[in-house]
Amino acid sequence: MSNAESAFPKIVTAGADAILVYLGEGIDPDVNARVMALTNRVGSALGDKLYDLVPSYNSLMIYYNVLAVSEDELRECVRKLIDELQQDGDASGASKQSTLHTIDVYYDPSVGPDLERAAKQTSLSIDDIIRMHTEQEYRVYAMGFAPGFAYLGELPEKLRLPRLDNPRTKIPAGSVAIAEAQTAVYPSESPGGWNIIGRTAETLYDPQADNISPMKVGDRVQFKAVSKDEFEQAGGSLESLS
Amino acid sequence: MIKILDAGMRTTVQDFGRFGYLSKGLTRGGPVDEQAFLWANRLLDNNFNAAQLEITLGGLEIEFQQDGCFALTGADADAHLDDEPLTLWQNFDVKAGQRLKVGYAKAGLRLYLAVQGGFQVEPKWHSCATVERDSVGGLSGDGSPLQSGDTLRFQCDTPQPSRRVSWAYRSDYTKTPVLGLIPGYQYDDFPMSAREAFCYKDFEVSKDSNRMGIRLAGKALATPKQGLVSEGINIGSVQVPSDGQPIIMMHDRQTLGGYPKLGVINPVDLGKLAQLQPGQKVRFSRVEASVAQQQLRRFYQFFNVRLPCQGGDNLRS
Repeated sequence: MSNAESAFPKIVTAGADAILVYLGEGIDPDVNARVMALTNRVGSALGDKLYDLVPSYNSLMIYYNVLAVSEDELRECVRKLIDELQQDGDASGASKQSTLHTIDVYYDPSVGPDLERAAKQTSLSIDDIIRMHTEQEYRVYAMGFAPGFAYLGELPEKLRLPRLDNPRTKIPAGSVAIAEAQTAVYPSESPGGWNIIGRTAETLYDPQADNISPMKVGDRVQFKAVSKDEFEQAGGSLESLS
Repeated sequence: MIKILDAGMRTTVQDFGRFGYLSKGLTRGGPVDEQAFLWANRLLDNNFNAAQLEITLGGLEIEFQQDGCFALTGADADAHLDDEPLTLWQNFDVKAGQRLKVGYAKAGLRLYLAVQGGFQVEPKWHSCATVERDSVGGLSGDGSPLQSGDTLRFQCDTPQPSRRVSWAYRSDYTKTPVLGLIPGYQYDDFPMSAREAFCYKDFEVSKDSNRMGIRLAGKALATPKQGLVSEGINIGSVQVPSDGQPIIMMHDRQTLGGYPKLGVINPVDLGKLAQLQPGQKVRFSRVEASVAQQQLRRFYQFFNVRLPCQGGDNLRS
């Protein structure tokens, strides 16, 4: 491509009642911030014509009511909102709502069955892995896969490991995992193929609560290492993987 | 009130679905055959969103503990009210003490049972749709299917004139359906051979299909580069993982995914796919988005479907 700018925004049809708007490529905090800024603007400007909005790493999925707006009209409105966003200085309005969540994690092979292998594969000590995983703030790039599942990025280069060849069928709720440039907490028991390095006692999805999840795209997350005692006092379970 | 005497293979409470929470990872749920569901509500003059029972494969037996009116639509199965055989796609008056027994589906896979006024089930996040993988909805609120002994309340209303759905509006579930594909997403990135093969070649419904996705088996499709960054996936999306066997995402789908997608099945055709038994064949042909959109508008207007708005508070907690 001779001019990278001309490729984005790119809007594609995603069914009879949805369009997908790409604002860039790959995992990039600036692109993700623009996605969130656009999400807010689209929600305010067109909310009564839409039935859902799903921001992700570099895209925004817009589900609309076919009785309220046509795809052509919607595309035109969205293009206008993207232009305004560019004029107003991209990420304005998105970052000020970002919340920092601190998540206490018990890092130990008993609840992090991939911790020792991760150390071997990365040629780091377990303490190094813990230090590197807790040292920096991560950004919530997307929420999905399962309720309350936040895709966090980006991991330090040295911690990057491929997904498991054979995903586990059952991972306990609260498991803290890494894969490629991403890290996440499994909010509920589920199958999964990421490398598990620890566990948190925090509830990230409670179907009985009013609030589905404390996190939203654009928020920041920092992990903090805690002892076995602290983990158990906070209600953490040491139940092992099946 | 009705009492479940035998819940059958799998019977769940469904309204039209849980809207507005995809950005938190919560999926929509709702009836996988929207057409059969909406007809049942229409036969009873119910709101389009009134809660019903989705009966997978059949085997349900219930007792009515009050007078009322009900309708049964969807898969072709033998049904009896006490000893009287029942016709599907029709409304019936029922007296307290009568028992409804639904046999196993002979053609099609899912039946819908509606009562006049709808079943009264406590909603969670604006819906009582049962979504097992999200642990939400249904009678117990935790996403579990109905069990024998469960009771469901409904408000008894005035008697109704007898009505039935004309044959012209009903699907023949024994036929091989041809479903519309609205090209979209990464369609242009797929090799021409895959685009051609998907439309006009037969696929078989695999037994690993469920309310999350319907897996198809056929000649493997060539795919573009795998490893997309996760993005929103609509109901009906045609995902093609690296093994080349398409998966069509249904109402309990995950909200984000990273497989390349050929496009999305025309929503007014999707119910036919939901009714296919494992081993049955299905075929696809391209449809213009504008045509599918016009069909969806007519469909929503006919059944009085009013989708909830995603207001200024665009990312609900």
